Amino acid sequence: MSRFVYADNAATTPVLPEVADVMRECFLQDGMYGNPSSLYKKGQEANKALNDARAKIAGVLNCKPTEIFFTSCGSESDNWAIKGAARANVKKGKHLITTKIEHHAVLYTMEALEKEGFEVTYLDVDSDGLVSAEQVREAIRPDTTLVAIMYANNEIGTIEPIKEIAAVCREKKVICFTDAVQAVGNVKIDLADLGVDMLSFSGHKIHAPKGIGALYIKTGTRVHNFLDGGGQERGRRGGTENVAFALALAKALEIADGRLDELDAVKAKRDRLITELKKIPRSILNGSEEKRLPGNVNFSFECIEGESLLLLLDSMGICASTGSACSSRSLEPSHVLLAIGLPVEHAHGSLRLSITHETTDEDIDYILECVPKVVSRLRAMSPLWNE
Amino acid sequence: MYSEKVMDHFMNPRNVGEIENADGVGEVGNAKCGDIMKMYLKIENDVIVDVKFKTFGCGAAIATSSMATELVKGRSLEEALNLTNKAVVEALDGLPPVKIHCSVLAEEAIKAALLDYYDRNGIDNDLAKRCRAANVHSCDSCDDHCSTCGKDC
Repeated sequence: MSRFVYADNAATTPVLPEVADVMRECFLQDGMYGNPSSLYKKGQEANKALNDARAKIAGVLNCKPTEIFFTSCGSESDNWAIKGAARANVKKGKHLITTKIEHHAVLYTMEALEKEGFEVTYLDVDSDGLVSAEQVREAIRPDTTLVAIMYANNEIGTIEPIKEIAAVCREKKVICFTDAVQAVGNVKIDLADLGVDMLSFSGHKIHAPKGIGALYIKTGTRVHNFLDGGGQERGRRGGTENVAFALALAKALEIADGRLDELDAVKAKRDRLITELKKIPRSILNGSEEKRLPGNVNFSFECIEGESLLLLLDSMGICASTGSACSSRSLEPSHVLLAIGLPVEHAHGSLRLSITHETTDEDIDYILECVPKVVSRLRAMSPLWNE
Repeated sequence: MYSEKVMDHFMNPRNVGEIENADGVGEVGNAKCGDIMKMYLKIENDVIVDVKFKTFGCGAAIATSSMATELVKGRSLEEALNLTNKAVVEALDGLPPVKIHCSVLAEEAIKAALLDYYDRNGIDNDLAKRCRAANVHSCDSCDDHCSTCGKDC
């Protein structure tokens, strides 16, 4: 039986009906279409809605509402946090620390700063994709101003020890930023407990629309403003606020937070996928088995190539992702898979499935029916494969 | 991103497999680059009477292999030697720019198999000379992806 299974939730997610309702109400004639900067009631009601959304987000993440800044996406939040902190602290130094497995929004931002004369240390990760607080401690120098390490990896799902890393940063008086785009909604985040100075996240990974993200900036953190303009976002990020999307983000986060205790069910489905896919000969699970996002599955299948795998799965109605070079615009295989020490050949044959609350047991059954078939089919035509 | 023809040849590749006691076998590409094509030719009276392929690679790699086998099957050795990557691309109704190198590999896999045939049989006629002169590009020496090896892919 053919069916449609969306197993690429780490790429993006559909908007939940409740979230879409919030947006729809906001857009229309009777809604909050006023400009939050306007003084009349229509503007002020939009302003209030915006700040209610901010407060809701702050409530979920346990920070002050004035520490939440709306942006257009996770990449913007990453750019702001890194460039803003690096440039605001040049008097102290121009050394930044990150890892080799960050999202390109972080890595390319770092490269851009290198061109401005900043020096960047790219920390190695182990074969599970983990970096340690000790590595961070050893890399910090007197002129280090910022440590930017992702909360959880988008490809292999590895969850980094951010709390320990933040503690080292606090002790060494270095700003700690974490890209939590993959973590928010999938891991309980308590900013008061976590101890980072900045944290970025995005709406469309948690069933809000594309085009909205946020950056948490702890009060007192030295960061340049991002967009000069009409004084919005407390003067730090100009541009008329996207009220409907901000409301959507708050709603989606609230829903995700309310479902955190259901994540064990997602984990159980993930683990069934992992257990069964491991039975395919010469398959390798990429990433940590324990410190892993609840919905992430990433395998390499020897002797086949990921793009072919994706196309065949697509023809069966399954949406997934790969770290293969052939599916990327750059023709380079995934930097994450290479950083965990995977041979290039195996990086080409990787498959990422990212599931969510919406994924059913029948969906898992169907994936487990299709993936071995597709792997066998491609291996049968691969000159590298012999039984 | 792929044309209907590419998808057709990817989903239903023609001439997949191996030929036992093939008269010529050619392999190009390498696993690091993410694509390897292996071609098997059965040759009788200077005509390719059968051809099979095995490919490790992306959708375009499989589709170009399939199309290349279709274009040389039943053709004379000279016609096969004249097969260009451009002809493969055209027959597939085009390829995305980053995938053109797959068609180059397909052309070269055919040439590599022909070369093997000439070498095995000690043939050194004009066609064999042309085939040798084509200097089939092998990715064995590439440390990185083919796109960096300077070949006009």
